[in-house]
Amino acid sequence: MFQLTPDEWTAIQLSLRIALVATLVALPFGIAVAWLLARKDFWGKALLDGIVHLPLVLPPVVTGYLLLISFGRRGPVGSFLHDSFGIVFSFRWTGAALACGVMAFPLLVRAIRLSFEAIDRKLEAAAATLGASPLKVFATVTLPLALPGVIAGMVLAFAKALGEFGATITFVSNIPGETQTISAAIYTYANVPGGDAAAGRLVLVAIVLSLAALIVSEWFARRAGMRYHGE
Amino acid sequence: MLAVDIRKALGAFSIAAAFEMEGGSTALFGPSGSGKTSLVSMIAGLLKPDSGRIVLDDNVLFDSAKGLNVPPHRRRIGYVFQEGRLFPHMNVRSNLDYGRRMSGLPASEAAFARVVDMLGIAHLLDRRPGALSGGERQRVAIGRALLMQPRLLLLDEPLASLDSRRKAEILPYLVRLRDEARIPMIYVSHNAGEVVQIANRVVRLDDGRVVETLDAREFSRTPRDALA
Repeated sequence: MFQLTPDEWTAIQLSLRIALVATLVALPFGIAVAWLLARKDFWGKALLDGIVHLPLVLPPVVTGYLLLISFGRRGPVGSFLHDSFGIVFSFRWTGAALACGVMAFPLLVRAIRLSFEAIDRKLEAAAATLGASPLKVFATVTLPLALPGVIAGMVLAFAKALGEFGATITFVSNIPGETQTISAAIYTYANVPGGDAAAGRLVLVAIVLSLAALIVSEWFARRAGMRYHGE
Repeated sequence: MLAVDIRKALGAFSIAAAFEMEGGSTALFGPSGSGKTSLVSMIAGLLKPDSGRIVLDDNVLFDSAKGLNVPPHRRRIGYVFQEGRLFPHMNVRSNLDYGRRMSGLPASEAAFARVVDMLGIAHLLDRRPGALSGGERQRVAIGRALLMQPRLLLLDEPLASLDSRRKAEILPYLVRLRDEARIPMIYVSHNAGEVVQIANRVVRLDDGRVVETLDAREFSRTPRDALA
């Protein structure tokens, strides 16, 4: 009875790929922005903070539309990327990953920033007196100590990317096999007569994937906590 | 040789201190709040003086007139903090080895073994700092600072966070350190008893100013209540 059709499998695989790519590509940017916000004072910091958090409070349709007019084939960024590097986002799975990455970005930055702020800066000072340059201090002390927060942020971002709907469908539409993620597929099945069984199966898959992500993140966080405070 | 002559305003409190030291161990002695920790932080490069000069062995570390300020990681000054500050995510061995790795020094089993042996921490190497007692932690912190082969060692009240039994446990290691390591030491303390045991010379600080500089024998003859 619980037999997934090839179309449903495609949507699941696509969702996982999009969420994974979105999370991994967003990670270095997320770490950099979180570090800037946690450690530096600069002109325009409040503005940067605001822009990073905007996707969290804006209607997802608005974020998707903004992506469409800037990263679309005729948008300023989109046409530049296409002409110079041959990179196309519109109506491709890469565009879905971009939309998911943007939507997940605030969650990623928040979690990492909090863990940076929780680090005892005296440890970084100690590392500096031992000969570590600022970059080495970051790589050997700051980042390892922030690891539980980084992992928590990645899992949150992954879960958010997995479920993203509004911005994705606005930016790259709902094309089976290219941009139709689990959420978009459920939306489609829910709107066609007799699609209830398929929608139900995908709903179950979405619940299982989300639960698994939470359990994995909890396990990582616990392991990391043990590393830092245990024997 | 270390020559310090700096000024620094910290809110309502200000430091204006000048002193010089040759090798051996010099104590910075004074009541809490007299500016001892701020002074060693400036020598280490963790705190920037408002003006003045810090020179170590013909090497200018700070000179406000020339706009010169060598960052802490290029000063090669070992710093043992009051609270140890061991890296919680590394075991004792990695903590000890950290300064050598970051300073790009070649690995030396012999130097490592000598320091580990001198401090009696061989049985702790695979543990994490979270599993150490306060006294063990301070011994590892001393070893960590020593193994980076510093040109100068700053010990900022390394016994202050310990109870009297632990203090008595570490004091002999500090005396050995002074006699065996042959690294100039600055020992910060408000405890005259410790200072007498460890220092050759004493720089007395009060309210951010150097009150007097005397050798350890003179210091030990000074009535304690005159120092309080």
